[in-house]
Amino acid sequence: MKKTATLGLFRGFLWEIIGTVFGVAFVTVVRMLMRLPAWKPEPAAVVGALFGALFFLYGVGVLDDWIKWANGEEAPEHVEDASLGWRRYFSVSLDHKVIGMQYLTLALILFAIGGMFALIFRTDLAQPMAQFLTPIEYNTLMSLHGIVMIIGILVGISAIMNYTVPLLIGANDMAFPRLNAFSFWIAVPAGVILLSSLFMGGFDTGWTGYPPLSLRAPLGIQMFFLGVSLSSFSSILSALNILVSVTRLRAKGMTPFRMPIFVWAAIATSVISMTATQLIGLAFQMSMLERLLGMGFFDPIKGGNPVLFEHLFWFYSHPAVYVFILPGLGIISELLPVFVRKPLYGYKWVAMSSLAIALTGFLVWGHHMFAAGMAEYLREPFMYSTLLVSVPTGVKFFSWVATMWKGKITFPSPMLFVLGGIVVFLLGGLSGPPNATVSTDLMLNNTYYIVGHFHDTLFGGYVFTLFAALYFWWPKMTGRRLNETLGKLHFWLMGPAMLVLTLVMMRVGLLGMRRRVYNYDTSLGLQPYHMVMTIAGFLIGLSVLIFFINIFITMKRGEIVTGNIWNSRSPEWQVPSPMPIHNYEKEFEVVGEPYDYGLPGSRYVKFQGED
Amino acid sequence: MKHFIIIALLVIASTLAIHAGLNSIGLLPVLASAQGVSIDQLFGIYMWAIAFVFSLIMVTMLYSLFVFRRKKGETGEGTHFEGNNNLEVAWTAIPLIAVLYLAFLGARSLSETRRIDPSAMVVKVVAEQWSWQFQYPDYLFSSKDLYLPVGKQIDLQMTSLDVIHSFYVPEFRLKQDILPGRSVDLRITPTRLGHYTLTCAQLCGAHHADMVANVVVVSQADFLAWTQKEIASAPKDPVLIGQQLASLYGCAVCHSVDGSKKVGPTWLHLYSSSVPLSDGTKVNADATYLTNSIKNPNLQIVAGFSPNVMPDTFAQALTDTQIQNLIAYIESLK
Repeated sequence: MKKTATLGLFRGFLWEIIGTVFGVAFVTVVRMLMRLPAWKPEPAAVVGALFGALFFLYGVGVLDDWIKWANGEEAPEHVEDASLGWRRYFSVSLDHKVIGMQYLTLALILFAIGGMFALIFRTDLAQPMAQFLTPIEYNTLMSLHGIVMIIGILVGISAIMNYTVPLLIGANDMAFPRLNAFSFWIAVPAGVILLSSLFMGGFDTGWTGYPPLSLRAPLGIQMFFLGVSLSSFSSILSALNILVSVTRLRAKGMTPFRMPIFVWAAIATSVISMTATQLIGLAFQMSMLERLLGMGFFDPIKGGNPVLFEHLFWFYSHPAVYVFILPGLGIISELLPVFVRKPLYGYKWVAMSSLAIALTGFLVWGHHMFAAGMAEYLREPFMYSTLLVSVPTGVKFFSWVATMWKGKITFPSPMLFVLGGIVVFLLGGLSGPPNATVSTDLMLNNTYYIVGHFHDTLFGGYVFTLFAALYFWWPKMTGRRLNETLGKLHFWLMGPAMLVLTLVMMRVGLLGMRRRVYNYDTSLGLQPYHMVMTIAGFLIGLSVLIFFINIFITMKRGEIVTGNIWNSRSPEWQVPSPMPIHNYEKEFEVVGEPYDYGLPGSRYVKFQGED
Repeated sequence: MKHFIIIALLVIASTLAIHAGLNSIGLLPVLASAQGVSIDQLFGIYMWAIAFVFSLIMVTMLYSLFVFRRKKGETGEGTHFEGNNNLEVAWTAIPLIAVLYLAFLGARSLSETRRIDPSAMVVKVVAEQWSWQFQYPDYLFSSKDLYLPVGKQIDLQMTSLDVIHSFYVPEFRLKQDILPGRSVDLRITPTRLGHYTLTCAQLCGAHHADMVANVVVVSQADFLAWTQKEIASAPKDPVLIGQQLASLYGCAVCHSVDGSKKVGPTWLHLYSSSVPLSDGTKVNADATYLTNSIKNPNLQIVAGFSPNVMPDTFAQALTDTQIQNLIAYIESLK
């Protein structure tokens, strides 16, 4: 018990409870002083949750140094204490590797929770009509599945970027370690608040939260708005940190076109996160205020405009999908040369295609609104801009295939997930253009076709590539290798099940099945398809369970690996695993191209003192 | 060279096989509108494009994975080459031209669906959580089922009384969100007799899934017969007509009939009561006052309520008879 009490996480939650009580009391007292009825659940819940989050940050200790500075005191340099062992991961640490692992743990927890939500309502959908879920329960789980997965993905890419980017550029940490810790720790209360909506009546709006529906949804929606608003700080600040780190902390000789390709993807992603995330935070905060204070931004009865919300929402939420996939595409480009034993084909083109996707991505949000009733003349420009995104995406595919050409290809688990990612993302990509041309989209919009399309892009672009990265870098993180047999089993279950699931989704969508429904028309004959989707969903769940079992059993008994097991040229593999606590004891200089596999005598990095 | 010939042949075979497969399972539901013709044509083009690009990348990739795999006992690295700018330019430029052409086709197809027939029949669609109502202004009645005459363009003028809904009949191919507080148009020309299902395609709350209505496309003669039957069975009592109008035009969203306070004053016990106005005077709520308040809602504001909230469009939207029916309904709540 005494040991638990010293854990930052434990203190944080304790303070979060205190803060929530304080916030609720604060609102009640203010209302009493204003001679209003003292108890009103909605403002009390929102202010309580907000104070809870702020108190959490104080309790966990991530504000300590800033508080000292504000008081004119000196904050001592942080020395990472390796003797703390696993306890380091449950308190504030400024080491980017620890923060990366903390992000990863949170991402996997959210991934598991979001996945379970999906399995619950997928089971309900195996038969038409409501089975064991009421409509509001169904909608709440469906909405939470969406948003929990999205936050989980954002946390997951932060995990990979935090862990790898400083290693790849030869830095000993991020540019702003305290801000880095803050970015992680604010995501924890945000996640707690988001999930608390389950116990506050849920919400029936989907993760899109369109008004006026969101204005009349149960109280749970405020927790959704607040949770997402808080976690948007995490995205914005960690993106800022990545951009500054890459600009300022690269090793000597690492010119832009000699950076590992994943760093380009991290830059492109961070540009979007840093500049677009504000818009969803803003849209959700406006909705919160509209409910709390009766402001009339989006409610037509008060002169507001619901389409305005859709613009604000999609201005972030479309570029956000590029935030989700660009790191994954970067991982594919990063790992492919290692297992093909050949240079990445057209490095500069692949690097620039990431930026092109990111920048074009800012101009396409309107394609979510072809049927929304926005101004008629906007539909065609958005159609052109949307279709343009497929050009840089195509460059990536062609470059990957050309990278494989005349290689010496091997197929360990990370490579399998890379290839699975390419195939699944290809399906996601090819199912995209019919949604981009307005007239065909009028048929497909809001059907299961869309559901199949974006599950392919997100599984191909994020899930498969995250697993590829984990199987690849796990030995670097822990010094132990994940079991290869279980890894292959994981892949061969998840890959085919995913293809079946999404292709059937597209099939029923083309037949006219709407999305976000707890019931479907039996006359369409869709029931067998739904049974197939449910079974495929459970197979995916099983494969992920195998992954967790793999982590669990190799934690203690996995094969110990300290060397360059993938025979990679990348700097982090030139030092022993697990990664030393301060990264590179000796600085290195970049003396060649990153992916010159097969060029005799070439090297990428030269460490100090080497010849 | 041998590699490329094999790959080319495999890509062609795979494209044809995938296209034939997609075609044979029948991807789309039956087509029942004139607007859907150009949409289905575009889907047809997509089927070829998707089959080809998928084959091109998958065949080349799987071929490489098989032929260039590391065989048992092999050592060493792959062949070292870093890229070719001409090739990169080619696979940037060709897809660019292709997607621009697709966008052009998409624009043409969109404009086909937007073709306006000046003799179109107007049907007003009123959506609310979680039901549909269809008004036939030419015939002065409303219905819960959407009957449409085949071969005639229908101008659907749609509005919502609460949240965003969406009009979607898969067989008609088109979809249009319906916004509260404003009217949006969708034009559909049914081309095939039969029963279809209208569903709401925009998440509109807990019972979104159940927001469906029957769509029946009938011949012109059957349509006229149906309208006669509906008119004959429509209520004759002004109070009942007024009640229907109050729900159709969304009056009930802001004016309660049970005395509870909503955005606007309640209608319960309103008729011939004494109403306090915001300028301090009082007015007797007789038929004249009520008619004025419907036609020109900002003229006299009831104390405690805000001006510029009620739409001032009812003077055009409602006929004098309809306003009289509404007032009869309000009178019945006395």
